Amino acid sequence: MKFLAAHRRSPLFAPSLLTIALVSVGGAYAVVSSSQTAQAADAGQVAIDEGNKLYLTGCTSCHGMQAQGSVNGPTLIGVGAASVHFQVATGRMPLAAPGAQAMAKEPQYSADETAQLAAYVASLAPGPAIPTAEQLDYEDADIAEGGVLFRVNCAQCHQAAGQGGALTQGKYAPSLMDATPQELYEAMVSGPQSMPVFSNGTLPVEEKKAIIAYVSELQDAPNPGGLSLGRLGPVTEGLFLWTAVFAALIGAAVWIGIKAR
Amino acid sequence: MSDLTPHDAHVNAPERLGYSPVADVPHALRMADTDPRAARRAERQVAAMFMLSMLLTVAFVIAYMTIDKTSIIYIPVFGDVGTSTFVLGLTLGAAIFLIGAGAIQWAKKLMPDVEVVQDRHELASPASADQEALANYDRGKAESGFARFKLIRRTLIGALALFPIALLIPLRDLWTAPAGSPSPADLLSVTLWHDGLRIVTDPSLTPIKPEDLPIGGLVSAIPEDLEEVQEIEGNMNARTKAAIILVRMDPADIRAQQGDGWDYQGIVAFSKICTHVGCPIALYEQRTHHLLCPCHQSTFDLADAGNVVFGPAARRMPQLPIGVDEEGFLVARSDFAEPVGPSFWERG
Repeated sequence: MKFLAAHRRSPLFAPSLLTIALVSVGGAYAVVSSSQTAQAADAGQVAIDEGNKLYLTGCTSCHGMQAQGSVNGPTLIGVGAASVHFQVATGRMPLAAPGAQAMAKEPQYSADETAQLAAYVASLAPGPAIPTAEQLDYEDADIAEGGVLFRVNCAQCHQAAGQGGALTQGKYAPSLMDATPQELYEAMVSGPQSMPVFSNGTLPVEEKKAIIAYVSELQDAPNPGGLSLGRLGPVTEGLFLWTAVFAALIGAAVWIGIKAR
Repeated sequence: MSDLTPHDAHVNAPERLGYSPVADVPHALRMADTDPRAARRAERQVAAMFMLSMLLTVAFVIAYMTIDKTSIIYIPVFGDVGTSTFVLGLTLGAAIFLIGAGAIQWAKKLMPDVEVVQDRHELASPASADQEALANYDRGKAESGFARFKLIRRTLIGALALFPIALLIPLRDLWTAPAGSPSPADLLSVTLWHDGLRIVTDPSLTPIKPEDLPIGGLVSAIPEDLEEVQEIEGNMNARTKAAIILVRMDPADIRAQQGDGWDYQGIVAFSKICTHVGCPIALYEQRTHHLLCPCHQSTFDLADAGNVVFGPAARRMPQLPIGVDEEGFLVARSDFAEPVGPSFWERG
């Protein structure tokens, strides 16, 4: 500081300070701006590379080194980002243990890591993409139409009230009561596990929105009677009547029959 | 009996009530029979139940008029329930229950509980009644002249013998039809499908291009002209019989079909109606290619000509041969080769 203080009255002081300031600002801008464009260009590739790293450590034992599949798991070439996001974000993948069906559990990867894995798998071959916000905007969708579509296309496995149901040999269609709109959309376009694919060609985005609106309506539907017994209708309600209610009636009959002391 | 107070220990004695005591069963006195304080306690219990019932009825009326029908309340075990539903059910149920419970408590504690013998009467009618019935029959026979009026007797027998034919004749329509129209049995064997009829999605009626249906895809489909047919014929039979599902699988996965080349590039079409008792089924597992009926768990393998692999269904799921028209949309190439839906006896 003594140097600056001593030369501060020099005629060269102001111009040299200005030069230093201009050079440093300009240089810094050049560095920052070039790295920004580089980031934009490489962001996709970085995500794919990061996804590849995550893939190599977490997925290869079943899906193979090049995602080509193995005896333990299907190929991931062409399944698309939607499938990866659905399987990983719901915790179905990575699989905890082999079995009839991968179950939903706590996700093992963060949202960023899931996106990187999805980017990597999507880079292998084209497949269904993660839906855009516009594709998931079901505000104006027709809930009644969604109900008709749901009963034709979904209710046979997921039950008319979306409660899920049994398939063959330990497999099952899960309840839709906790599914997010994005998961519903991704499941329809990717056909996870036993579920068939409902492509945008045969079930257009507008109809998917209607189905999502209907399922959201089911999720929010009040249950004024309480104790829904799985909303399975006469099966569980009948069982409840024949066991709990009959036991109460028999108890009442015994009370009536006991002689008072 | 008006001189007896309820708290009198002897009110309950069989002799005082005009019954004869039962010799073999000793009568045990209740607390309320011997202790006036216990009797008063029982009286208060019964009255309290009736009183509580009254309060609950009033509470029901108030709840009905005041509680917001849309409000929700959390009740353990039941979860989130409608406040109105819950309170109305609770007050109404408890009000009627307490009337019954009070009546039973009254009968058990305070009303006489003497043991009484009730003789059961003989099951057989007395001989005199039998005789009277037979005599009535003989008198009727003689007075009607059934034996005497031969003409009347024979025509009556003839009329009675002929009448059931009127009830049986309409059953003929189960297997025959007026000349020129197909018999009901034949109608069971045909559907709307014919060569070149477009396959459209149910319920959106959109024609389907093969490239719209990816491997693993499933579509519930109907014939393009179904709506018109339903408007003309005004019945659901056409719709029911024509319902199909389309699924696409890797052509290499198809082990057998009901006819050579009935698929289109791995897209196969099958009836949607279970061959067991006719439930509509689209419960398709894309990895096993199994089609499962939720009613009775009949399972069909669509990769193996729709054959039954499990369950009570006796026949395979009928397959519809498909192709594409000039514009590239999926069409049927003929009707089903065998009847769809549950078995019927002409089918064998």
